[in-house]
Amino acid sequence: MASLKDIKKRISSVKNTQQITKAMKMVSAAKLRRAQQAVLATRPYAEKMGVIIANLVPQVKEFSHPLLTERPKERALILLLTGDRGLCGGFNANISKAVEIFVRTNPENFQHIDIAIIGRKGNDYLKRRSGMNIVKVYENITADINYQTAALLAEELSTAYTEEKYDVIYLYYNNFRSVISQVITRIQLLPVTMPEGEDDLYTGVDYIFEPNPAEVLCQLLAKNVEVQIFRALLESRASEQGARMTSMDSATKNASEMIGKLTLMYNRARQAAITTELMEIISGAEAIK
Amino acid sequence: MADKLKLEMVTPYGEILSAEVDDVVAPGVMGEFGVLPGHRSMLALLQVGEFSYLQKGKRNYVAVNWGYVDVDQDRVTVMVETAEPADIIDLERAKRALGRAEEALKKLTDEEKEYKLMEAALARALIRIQVASRRGR
Repeated sequence: MASLKDIKKRISSVKNTQQITKAMKMVSAAKLRRAQQAVLATRPYAEKMGVIIANLVPQVKEFSHPLLTERPKERALILLLTGDRGLCGGFNANISKAVEIFVRTNPENFQHIDIAIIGRKGNDYLKRRSGMNIVKVYENITADINYQTAALLAEELSTAYTEEKYDVIYLYYNNFRSVISQVITRIQLLPVTMPEGEDDLYTGVDYIFEPNPAEVLCQLLAKNVEVQIFRALLESRASEQGARMTSMDSATKNASEMIGKLTLMYNRARQAAITTELMEIISGAEAIK
Repeated sequence: MADKLKLEMVTPYGEILSAEVDDVVAPGVMGEFGVLPGHRSMLALLQVGEFSYLQKGKRNYVAVNWGYVDVDQDRVTVMVETAEPADIIDLERAKRALGRAEEALKKLTDEEKEYKLMEAALARALIRIQVASRRGR
């Protein structure tokens, strides 16, 4: 049995860890609230854009745009959104694994798949695996997300697409459903696909376009790529904080449980020590008689 | 037919305003245009400029960046990248931005990539100053 001193040491070390996890939980709870507000603020913009594009496309059927043209799918790019820091449960690992599985099984039979990663953790995971072609890693952009970052990324990707470097571009990110639930989501960024349920969104109103339908659609499509990336960045950040909060919460709970067990062990050891001491005194007294 | 327009202005950072207004004047790419109640459905692109609306007899001004306006059955939805109502514009900051943009433009030739960026920055700064000057009228 461990000595009293050893147990005491372990208890205080677990207590220290618990303090850290508790503090991290508080910090991510505060960050989560802000990230959540940002996500909610962006949703109306992104949704209205979907409605407008769905309204627009049926009216300009004969129109073709470089971001709409579908080519035979040979080369794909995956943009993976992860965090820069760990200690957030399976947040980074799960999504990295999803990408790894996608590349390995290759359900659409691409000839070549490249991966671009946002966040250090995704890179840490994938660079150790074989057969992953990581072409680019962006670090430290998830801490402070602004629209310009998303716009620059969108331009880079759109250019890669129109120059036919890639035939399809996917975006992998954690969609923020609630604090405890993040859903790994894959969307096809390019070529632009219509938002789901476009028939419901199409209101059939006869519109006037200024300057003309083609020009309006052209600008909206480019803008839509930016908005999708921006929204995915925000969703991913909120998910990361949510995942960190829950995992730190359970770490704190585990620490409490462990402290309880160790305290019990400590008390038993103390009791045993007292008993032995008493026995010694009594047997000493017996011997003198 | 309603005699009011329902105006909503949204940016990627959230909703800026939502109000009942009498008319709307927006900086379209083909020139400024006005929208009154009963307007036909329309979708128009906007350029950097001065946006205004009449509410309770008072005209309010907003500096807007690239975006578009969707008019549909007396609902006007303005989707812009940035929008700053006249009373929150930092005039000093706008003036400094104007100075910086002018300096940079002198050094650059119009073939460089940055030229366009600075030109856009210049336009934004000018509009901010113009909108801010409407304050309190």
